[in-house]
Amino acid sequence: MSEPDLIAVRLTDIGKRFPGVIANDQVNVTVRRGTVHAVVGENGAGKSTLMKILYGVQKPDSGTIEVDGQEMSFHSPSDAIAAGIGMVFQHFMLADNLTVLENVVLGAEKLYGSGDRARTRIRELSSAYGFDVDPDRLVEDLGVGDRQRVEILKVLYRGARTIILDEPTAVLVPQEVDELFENLRGLKAEGLTVLFISHKLDEVLAVADDVTVIRRGRTVTTVDPKHTTARQLAELMVGSELPSPSTETSTVTDVVQLSVRDLSLTDPLGGRDLLTDVSFDIHRGEVLGIAGVEGNGQAELVEAIMGMRKATGTVALGDVDISAWSTARRREAGVGYIPEDRHRHGLLLDAPLWENRMLGHQTQEPNRTGPFVDRRGARNDTDRIVAAYDVRTPSIDTTARALSGGNQQKLIVGREMSGNPVLLIAAHPTRGVDVGAQAAIWDHIKTARREGLAVLLISADLDELIGLSDSIQVMLRGRLVGSVDPQTVTPEQLGSAMTGAGVPA
Amino acid sequence: MTFDPRKAGLTLAAPLLAIVFAVLVTSIVLAAAGDPVGTVWQTIFTQPRPRNVVNIINAASVLYLSALAAAVGFRMNLFNIGVDGQYRIAAFAAAYVAGEAWMPGKLNVLFSILVAVVVGALWAGIAGLLKVTRGVSEVISTIMLNSIATALVAYFLRQVAEKGSNNIHTTTIPASSQLAGFKLVGDAPNAIYTLSVLAVLAGIFYWLLLNRTVFGFNLRATGMSESAAVASGVSVKKMVVVSMLISGGVAGLIGMPLLFGDAYNYGLTFQTGLGFAGIAVALLGRNHPVGIALAALLFAFLNEQSNSLQLKAGVSNDIVNIMQGVIVLSVVIAYEVVRRYNNAAEQRRVAAQLAASRQAEEVPA
Repeated sequence: MSEPDLIAVRLTDIGKRFPGVIANDQVNVTVRRGTVHAVVGENGAGKSTLMKILYGVQKPDSGTIEVDGQEMSFHSPSDAIAAGIGMVFQHFMLADNLTVLENVVLGAEKLYGSGDRARTRIRELSSAYGFDVDPDRLVEDLGVGDRQRVEILKVLYRGARTIILDEPTAVLVPQEVDELFENLRGLKAEGLTVLFISHKLDEVLAVADDVTVIRRGRTVTTVDPKHTTARQLAELMVGSELPSPSTETSTVTDVVQLSVRDLSLTDPLGGRDLLTDVSFDIHRGEVLGIAGVEGNGQAELVEAIMGMRKATGTVALGDVDISAWSTARRREAGVGYIPEDRHRHGLLLDAPLWENRMLGHQTQEPNRTGPFVDRRGARNDTDRIVAAYDVRTPSIDTTARALSGGNQQKLIVGREMSGNPVLLIAAHPTRGVDVGAQAAIWDHIKTARREGLAVLLISADLDELIGLSDSIQVMLRGRLVGSVDPQTVTPEQLGSAMTGAGVPA
Repeated sequence: MTFDPRKAGLTLAAPLLAIVFAVLVTSIVLAAAGDPVGTVWQTIFTQPRPRNVVNIINAASVLYLSALAAAVGFRMNLFNIGVDGQYRIAAFAAAYVAGEAWMPGKLNVLFSILVAVVVGALWAGIAGLLKVTRGVSEVISTIMLNSIATALVAYFLRQVAEKGSNNIHTTTIPASSQLAGFKLVGDAPNAIYTLSVLAVLAGIFYWLLLNRTVFGFNLRATGMSESAAVASGVSVKKMVVVSMLISGGVAGLIGMPLLFGDAYNYGLTFQTGLGFAGIAVALLGRNHPVGIALAALLFAFLNEQSNSLQLKAGVSNDIVNIMQGVIVLSVVIAYEVVRRYNNAAEQRRVAAQLAASRQAEEVPA
């Protein structure tokens, strides 16, 4: 590490303030050439700001950037590209109706033209790094993994030697993650440097050569992943001992609260069935966890139970068959819903918090009086939620958009726990939420469960699933393929069950 | 609701800047054409005489109704481009009913207004039904319904008009149902339409409906995020149909002040094009009941003041259309800029307040 010519990028004492907020404060990162270097930290720790500074999108207030030993000052991304630094953003920027070749060449026609020379160059790059991308395919025909490879190709085509990847695995399924990591090793073998931002710690440990931890805008340390566990890394990220989601004594009663029978759902686009004969019961005071690789029907199951999708089969709440009920009627009957994607399904981003308090409960107390909105009732109850659930906000008139993800989620949880629900559908309740908020949300679910709430929990976080659930069903290709006992199962066993490798006895 | 003076200032700054920008662009056009720039502005921005003031108020009230009709749809991302056809077919139906005078005096007026609302609502409802049952974009269907409305009205006008007369119109409303208007402006020889009151009532109705009712909440929620509205239990199909009915019903009111206060029948000279002007006014007024009122007054003012341009400056009053167009285009951009700025500013402010409280917490550790 002491050899200066082996250092691809060195960031020294980087500071960046936004009005009122210190995003970066004395951040130091040294990236060795030919390595995969991960930067990890909680949401809002300053990872993205740091990468934007390195890519020239934002200028640092203080500190220096060195690339290959030379001090640099970037005024725009084109300066960074000229210095051999490229960035792949989390959200792809590809034109669907153009081919791979056209997408790669777009804006870089000067390099190799837009014809055969460019095609040859893309083939060269593609085979050199094991990408296997056909330059003449239309982007709209490509899967997510291939699109990501096209984005990386775009960066390589422009001559990048150091590639920044912002949360690259967020959009990928596990097999695609493995492929991506294979690609990253290919890049590394060719002497390229990869900077990789993530908060999925297992992945970081699997692929990185060095891991730099950032907390509240400062570098905590850089560790060697070979001698670090995910738990240690997480503790470095939050700076304290991690809470554990484990439940206490069982509170499961023998009263069935939700009974789902033979729920099936065909794919309107004609693919394989989204749900096939799904049946299960949840009792009062029970948390039923659904384990499964994302995209195996969990989202559809939730939407079918909420009445947002028409499925065949029956759904009964208590003794009442609610299969034909509208979403509004199900909610009025006491079904709370923490959606998987809070921005799409859980919030009106441009509306104030108190109106978001009404969302999903606009037909219920304390939000309505007759046909009218009960503004005072809704506002008072929003104040209650903000206090009880520790939603950090200056006011209930603040728009939901201005809040951090964790605080948005706490508001949603508070809202869905209001009005004494009998059933809570919680899809990834702590996704993208910082550790403090995560512990609080777990506590609220546990408390409600003790008071007799039935909970359907969908989560990709296996520790959460095992820790909170009283029983776990494994879902694969739209079917429930077996159950495991959360008391005895390990995350590893559960993980292999999810991929169809068999359910442990 | 707390009042944020900074936010309010920014909201007002956008349309004011748009107007200034429009004056600039229009001046350039005038100068390029060799027209007297100074005289044009002098003519437009001179103080209107009493009779012009009355005309401005009358025109503004009609524009206001038209803009409200469009705004109801806009608030849920439903683009009712068919306000124009809806108000013409509704005004024709109301004029026919009023001319037949099945009811006496003022009752005849009320009944005709009801007919206009129902006809406007049903005509718009066709587009709503097509959207929820067949997935037809309401933009396309309402534009096509505009043409159909034109043809239908022309056809029926022939049927009801006096045979052999060049003057094609519905039977003139009996004098007992004609409304004299309010002589509110001192020396003006003309009167403010009695049914301008409809604009005020519709404005209050619009505000109450959107901001104070659960239906209005659902409508706005659908406009802000359809997916979130669905998850919250809103039936978007029902909302589409009901909103189109309301939008068309309000559109039905547009022709009423004119019909009972000025024209007294529906004929070839009945004012057209109000529906499209309303879209522009709704955009400028940001779908807000007060904003739309200001925008309607501005547009009516510009239209009225430009009438004497030909006479005083030798310039076609079409120049005002250019100015209105530039105002609408630039205000749409300005609102978006202000919106983004406000979002970013609010995020910073929240982050700052939370950072301050976090630091306070950290002291003991």
